[in-house]
Parts: sequence; C-alpha cells; structure tokens
Amino acid sequence: MPFHFENKPALVAYVTCGDPDLATTRDVILAAIEAGADVIELGVPFSDPLADGPVIQRASERAIKHGTSLSQVLKLAAEIREHSQAVGLVVFSYLNPILRMGMAKFCSVARYAGVDGALITDLPVEEAGEYLRQMEKNNLAPVFLAAPTSTDARLRRVAGASRGFVYAVSRTGVTGARQQMPEDAAALVARIRSYTALPVAVGFGISTPEQFRAVGKFADAAVIGSAIVQIIEQNPGREAVTVAQFIKNLRE
Amino acid sequence: MAVRRSGTATKDAAGRFGAYGGRYVPETLIPALEELEAAYAKARRDPKFQQRLRELFRTYAGRPTPLFFAQRLTKMLGGAKIYLKREDLLHTGAHKINNCLAQGLLVERMGKHRVIAETGAGQHGVATATVCALLGFECVVYMGTEDMRRQELNVFRMRLLGAEVRGVSSGSCTLKDAINEAMRDWVTNVRTTHYLLGSVLGAHPYPTMVRDFQSVIGREARAQILKAEGKLPTAILACVGGGSNAIGIFHEFLNDKKVTLIGVEAGGRGTKLGDHAARFRGGSPGVLQGTYSYLLQDEAGQVATTHSVSAGLDYPSIGPEHAALKDSGRAEYVSASDVEALEATTLLARTEGIIPALESAHAVAELVKRAPKMKKSEIVIVNISGRGDKDIGIMRENLKLEGNHPQT
Repeated sequence: MPFHFENKPALVAYVTCGDPDLATTRDVILAAIEAGADVIELGVPFSDPLADGPVIQRASERAIKHGTSLSQVLKLAAEIREHSQAVGLVVFSYLNPILRMGMAKFCSVARYAGVDGALITDLPVEEAGEYLRQMEKNNLAPVFLAAPTSTDARLRRVAGASRGFVYAVSRTGVTGARQQMPEDAAALVARIRSYTALPVAVGFGISTPEQFRAVGKFADAAVIGSAIVQIIEQNPGREAVTVAQFIKNLRE
Repeated sequence: MAVRRSGTATKDAAGRFGAYGGRYVPETLIPALEELEAAYAKARRDPKFQQRLRELFRTYAGRPTPLFFAQRLTKMLGGAKIYLKREDLLHTGAHKINNCLAQGLLVERMGKHRVIAETGAGQHGVATATVCALLGFECVVYMGTEDMRRQELNVFRMRLLGAEVRGVSSGSCTLKDAINEAMRDWVTNVRTTHYLLGSVLGAHPYPTMVRDFQSVIGREARAQILKAEGKLPTAILACVGGGSNAIGIFHEFLNDKKVTLIGVEAGGRGTKLGDHAARFRGGSPGVLQGTYSYLLQDEAGQVATTHSVSAGLDYPSIGPEHAALKDSGRAEYVSASDVEALEATTLLARTEGIIPALESAHAVAELVKRAPKMKKSEIVIVNISGRGDKDIGIMRENLKLEGNHPQT
C-alpha cells in the first residue's frame, strides 16, 4: 500500500468533497498535496453525519445540495491520481452511500480510480465481513477507527483488520477543533502499537501547529479535518491558496 | 413479565432479524453497546429486576391496560368485532412509558446518572423525563424544532418534569435529526451517559431490548381476548413509526399463524419521495443510525426527508424486525394518509369517546377500510398506542382547514 509516512508526523488532510463544488475540491486537494499533505481523505458527504461536528455537517449539507455523490467522488479521485502518484488516497464515508452503490462495485471502481484505501465511519469490524473480502480482492486498504473507549480485545481486532494504517480517535466525541489534545490520545496510540506494527494516525480536534507537533511525538500521522473544512467555508474564492498556506504553517 | 422471551418466529442472535439489524455505529460507541447488552442480559435473568419492573408497571404506569370492546364502532363499520388495546390510558399517555421504566432500571444498574433521549411527537421525551424524575437522573431530550412547534405542549411537560429540551434545527428538523444529535451527545459523553432510545431502532441491542420491554402489550392483549372471547383475533392493527408499539403487540402472536398482523405506516400527503413515511412502499434496504433496514433514500444513498401529520411516524427508517416480518410475509404493511388519520380521529372520538394520538389514528384509519369487509364472527384488535391530548393543536389546525381548503 503506497502510504508514505516518512514525514514525522505525516499529514493526512480531510476534505468534504463537493464543498463548495467539485472543481474547488480538486483545486484544494492539489494545492494541499503541493503544500505537503501525504494522504488525502476524500470525504463523501452524507445526509446524516452523526459522527461529525457542526463544521463538517454544514459542509456536507452544502455538498449534497448540489448533488455530490459517491460516484463523483470516485471520479475526482481518478483525476487526483493522474496528477500525483505519491499521495495516498482514502475514501472517507458513511456506510449507506457505499451500500447503495454496492460494496463490490464500490471497491472495484475505487481500485480503478487509483484509490488506496477506505474508512467507513459507521462500519465496525464485526459488521465488516463483506467489506473486508471486497477490499482484499481489490488490493485496497481498509482503515478502521480505534477509540479511547475501545477495550484491548477490540483494539486487537481493529488492528488486525486494518491495512495501511490505524486511525486513532483522539477523544470521545464528534469531529471538530478543540483547544487541547487530551491525554487519552498518547495512551491509546501506545495501546494500539502493542497489537500492530502498522503506522498510527491520530485524528479529531487537531488544528494548530502546536497540536500537530505534539501528535508527532507519539503518532506517525496527524489527521487535519474540520480545520481545513472551516478554512474552505470562510474563504470563498481563495480556498486552495488559504488551505495551502495553512498546511505549510503546520509543517513549519 | 416484561422481559421474558416468548416463543419467537424471528431470529435475533447477534442482533439480526434475517438480513436486518446489526450494529452500525462509530467505534467509540461499541463498548457502551456491549456494556448495555451485558447489563440487559443479566437484568432479564434477575428476579429482583423483573419484580421491581412489574411493580412499577402496576403501581406507577397503570398496567395492565384494558382491552375495550368498541360496541358502537363495531356496529357502525358493520363487520368484525372491534377491540381496542388502551395503551393511551397509561401514565404519560402512551406506550412509551413501558420501555422508559425498564431502561431506567437498567441505568441504575449500570451506575450511570445522565440520560439522553430523542423524541418526535414528544411522547417518548415526556416518558423519559418522567422516569428520570422518578429515579433521580439528569435528563436531556433532543427534539427537532419543527416537532417542538407542532408538539408544544409536550415540550412544556418535559421542562416541567425537570428535563432540558434541546432543539435540533438541522436536516428536516424532525425525529431523524434529533436522533443524530442525541448520538453526537452520546459519542461525546458515553462514559457517564445512557442513551434511552425510544423505539425498536438503532444498533443492537436496542431493537431486541425495546421489543422485549414493549411485548407486555401483546401478552396482556392475548390473555385478555382469550378471556373475553375464548379465541384469538383474526387481525391486529398497529401504527408503525419506528415500530415499538406494533412489535409490542405483535410479538406474542407471532407463532399464532392464523392471526393477521398489520402495520400501518404514514402515507402523508402523497406518494412522492419526501411527502410520506411509508418505508415499505417507497424505501429500500440501507443503514441509518445504527441499523440495517428499509430506508427512504435517493439514488445516491442520501436519506430522504419525510412528511406525516403525526410527528411520531415521521421517520425515514423502520425497526429491523419489521423489515424481517415484511420480507417473510408474517406481517403485512399498509399506509394511511394524513387526511385518513384525521378523519379516523374524529370517528373514534365521536363513536367511542376516545381521542387517539394522531399516530394511533393511522391504525384506526386502516380499521375503517378493513373491518366492514370482515365477518361479524371475526375479531380485530387495534392498538391505541397513545392519547390525542398532545395533538389537539395540530388537530384544530388541520380539521379547521377541512371544508375550507382542499387538503394537499
């Protein structure tokens, strides 16, 4: 799996696709890669994003309003792949849009689009049988969430089923910026490492260079989501430039 | 007994009903669902829990509820003999209290002190607020702002009972959006908080557990009709939003194959997607809010908005056990429109002196279509799941329109 985590920490950038429109999303992603993003999470907008805070909820509503669909997101992935061979591409979605397309079709279209992996927010490991089969068949990496509330037995399962990397949720709660990184995160990463040699990315609530550096001390990658989506919301017409500047600042 | 498992025709191992059900939630919530599943498994085997619940049902909620022979309505419709299961007489005005009392006792056992809930019509919110007052829990209820408008009285009742009501103004501002917001609260405060889900929806173990708690309705009804008539009914009718009152009365009769079970969905104001909540007419299988079931959705898998005059039926998905009962043919599902439900409300009010909740009126509307075609020797039971007090405002709004404007 071509996920490159040589940078410490690697930078995983999440965008809600289709917010404000797909052409802008494409520009933002290309600018983010140029500015140093190692992995792009292509967020598929969903009508009921129950794991997301207000920023991504609003972005999803905007994207759905003009009909952004999973198949369009996969087309966008193919375009991004033409421009960059090195970047990691992960489809980040709720389950229902994927079920509607069909699990087998999703995995095969994703593969031909040049996608590397997927993370389905509301699909825990015990419900993932068919998903894991189709992902493996298409040489795609299923990435699962590990939470501070996960028991050791669950972490073992999550780590065992994941490929590419494991996504550690920094705290209980929905997505969105927070002032401080909780103690939970480092402890969780340490627990995950006892079950796998895979890289561990930490996400939820990371928005400042200080937080980014702090995560770099104990994790392989940091996921920046709501902060980027908020910059897109607040800078109409200058989305790509402002996101690129934000990412460069994180790295400095 | 509230939680005895009766002989069952549906499979619920690992939270599956045929292909439906399951546990589709973010990882953070899984341990809480496992904890709840274990606490429930232990409680249902504990005679002390059962005893306490039975006592609360009897002395606090007002169980057993009567099974009432509706003589004038029977005569008027001219067919089957009609009985009404009077869940509307329960404390707080609907069947919701059954599930809330039982989950409340579980919350005590799990040592949590904060309870959150969603509500559509407000009946579940009021029942939750009531149980939290009774047992001394902090209570937060999420409710769509559209539902707060049309169920204003229940909003006040919840606040009077000491609950905090939080308005939800995302999406369609109704039940679905209230559940999203409740789940966001839960995922944040999961270590201290119990999510008191009000229907046979959501991730395992909720659909099974809530069904067990509500199946007291059918156990009583079965014994009562055998006592009154010496035989089982030909048909049982119940409205279906999430489907807890329907499963509650159906479940004890699942193995009585000659008893026809009929669920009535909200037909709303038309057949177009967005104008109704008839999941079995316009929906297809999908995952929403933790469970795999029939779902009103568009081509891209986005969940559709719904409409019903009754807030409690205004929801795009349906309990997974209903999906299995529909596929197996053990239950049949029909729909009644807003107008039909309003007409049925007036009819029941004027023939029997019972004002049903608009939800329950959907079941009465189907009765009006069906009973005249049945033989006089046949018996039908309608579950009057709640009373109409909460709907007086909306009834006045809509019944006043009748005659002046065509209903759209």
